[in-house]
Amino acid sequence: MTRSTRRTRTRTLRVAGVGAAALLALSACSSSDSDSSSNSSPKSDTSASSSPKLSGTVTVFAAASLKESFTTLGKEFEKANPGTKVTFNFGGSDTLAASITGGAPADVFAAASPKTMAIVTDKKDAATTPATFVRNQLEIATLPGNPDKVASLKDLTKSGLKVVLCDKTVPCGAAAQKALDASKLKLTPASYEQDVKSALTKVELKEADAAVVYKTDVKAAGDKVEGVEFPESAKAINDYPIALLKDAPTPEAAKAFIALVQSAEGQKVLTAAGFLQP
Amino acid sequence: MTKLDASDAAADTLTGGPRRRRVRTGGRAAGVPLPLLLPALVGLAFLLLPLIALLIRAPWRDLPNQLTSTAVWQALQLSLVCATAATGVSLVLGVPLAWLLARTDFPGRGFVRALVTLPLVLPPVVGGVALLLALGRNGVVGQWLDSWFGITLPFTTAGVVVAEAFVAMPFLVISVEGTLRAADPRYEEAAATLGASRFTAFRRVTLPLIAPGIAAGAVLAWARALGEFGATITFAGNFPGRTQTMPLAVYLALQNDPAAAIALSLVLLAVSIAVLAGLRDRWTAAPS
Repeated sequence: MTRSTRRTRTRTLRVAGVGAAALLALSACSSSDSDSSSNSSPKSDTSASSSPKLSGTVTVFAAASLKESFTTLGKEFEKANPGTKVTFNFGGSDTLAASITGGAPADVFAAASPKTMAIVTDKKDAATTPATFVRNQLEIATLPGNPDKVASLKDLTKSGLKVVLCDKTVPCGAAAQKALDASKLKLTPASYEQDVKSALTKVELKEADAAVVYKTDVKAAGDKVEGVEFPESAKAINDYPIALLKDAPTPEAAKAFIALVQSAEGQKVLTAAGFLQP
Repeated sequence: MTKLDASDAAADTLTGGPRRRRVRTGGRAAGVPLPLLLPALVGLAFLLLPLIALLIRAPWRDLPNQLTSTAVWQALQLSLVCATAATGVSLVLGVPLAWLLARTDFPGRGFVRALVTLPLVLPPVVGGVALLLALGRNGVVGQWLDSWFGITLPFTTAGVVVAEAFVAMPFLVISVEGTLRAADPRYEEAAATLGASRFTAFRRVTLPLIAPGIAAGAVLAWARALGEFGATITFAGNFPGRTQTMPLAVYLALQNDPAAAIALSLVLLAVSIAVLAGLRDRWTAAPS
C-alpha cells in the first residue's frame, strides 16, 4: 500500500518535472541560439510547436578523454531538465564506434577524432552531420616534480626512460605518432596502451616515467602528474566531432544535450578542462 | 511392438544387461522428453553459433597473407612461450600447494583454499591492477625488487608470464587437489611403513598416482594462460614482440582491421580446439 502511494507520488512529481523541463529546455535552446545558430534553430522550432517533453535517458558514447567535462555537463543537463538522465559510456573512440556500428543502443557519439567518427558515418549510423565541438592538444605527462627533467619531445627518446604511448589504432596514439614523425623522432615505448587513460594511469602509478597524452588528461589528473608542453603538438591537434545517432532511443533529449555541449556554457566547461575551442 | 520388446528382453537376459539395454532400444529421439531436448539444442546452438559466425566471416582468401605477417607470428610465438612458461611456474608452485591443501590439516585451511580459488572468479583486470600494486616498479614488493635487484616486471615478457600464472595456477591447484583427494592415501601410508620419508613417498608413490590429474590441470592452466587478456594488458602492457600476446593483438586489431582480428581469432580457436581434443576422455575422465 505504502509502496503504491509512493509510486503515484513520484509519478506526479515526474509529470511536474517534465513541465519544468520543457520550460527550461526552451530557455536553454534560446540561449544557445546565439552561439551556434545554424544547428539549434530548426530544433527550437520543433520544440516550440509540439510540446517539448524532454524526458528519458540520453545515452552518450564519448571518448575517454571527455570523461570529466562530459560528466559535469551531464549533471548540468539533468539539473536543467528534471526527468531526464544522462548515462555515459566512456572508452577508446574506436571501441565505441565499433559497438555503435554493432548496434549498441546509443543517442550521441562524441569521438576523439574525425577518423573514428567516420567509422560511424560510413555505416550511415549518424542522423546528423558530425560537428567539431572542441579540439585537443597533446602534452607530455611526467612524474610529479619531473625528476627526469623532460623538457621536450626529444627528451623522451633518452635511453633508460620508460615511456608509454597510446596504440596507433586509437586517436591519441595516431596524434602522438604524427607529432613524432613531424619532428623526425623515433621513440620506442615500453608499451602501446589501449587508450589514453590507461597510458596516463601507468604514469600515475609510477610504472612509467612519461606518457604522451592529451592536455585535458594531464589537467584532470591534478598533481598526480606534471604536464610538459611541446611545440610539435601543434602539428597533431585532434578535432572532436559530435553527432546524433540514427537509431537514438531518445532523440529530442539527445539533441538538447548536443546543443548544451555546443553552447557557450558547455564550451566554458570544456575549455576549463583544457580543451581548445574549434 | 510387443514382439520387439519380448525379443529385446530375451536378448537382454542373454547379454545380462537388461536396464541399460532398454534405455537404448527406447529410440534416440523418442526417449528424450521434448522439454529437455529443445532447450538442450538451443543451448548447443547458442554456444556454437558465435564460433560458426567466426568461420563464416573469416577472410579465407586473405588468410594466408594475414597469418604469415611477422606481427601475427610474433604474437603467436610469444603467446605459446608465455603460456608454457606460466604453466611451468604453476606446476612448480601449484602441485605442492595442492598437496598441502589436500594432505595436511592446519587451522584456516578452508580459508586458504578459498583464497587460492579467488583468481578463478576475480575479473582478470582486477588481478592486473593488484599485480601492479604488488609487483610494479612502485609496488609493495616491486619497489624492493627494483632497488635491490634492478628487476621490474611491468612491460616485460616476464611480466606476461607472471600475469598469466596468477590467473592460470588456481585451475591447476583445484584440479590436482581434487585428484589427490580421490587418490587413496593408504598407498602413501604403506610407503611410510616401509621406511620411505614423506617426500620420497610423495615423489615415488603420490606423483605417479596423480599424474593424470596433474596433466589435466596443466592443460587447463595452459589453455587459460593462452587466452589471458585482462591481467596481461593491465600488468604487462602491450608491446609487439615483448608483451603483445595473441588476445591483445586480437583486441587491438579489432580497432582498425577487423579482418586481421578474425584471422587471429581463428588461430587461437584452432589451437584451443586442438588442446581440448587432445584432452578429451583421456584426462578429464575420473581416474579409475
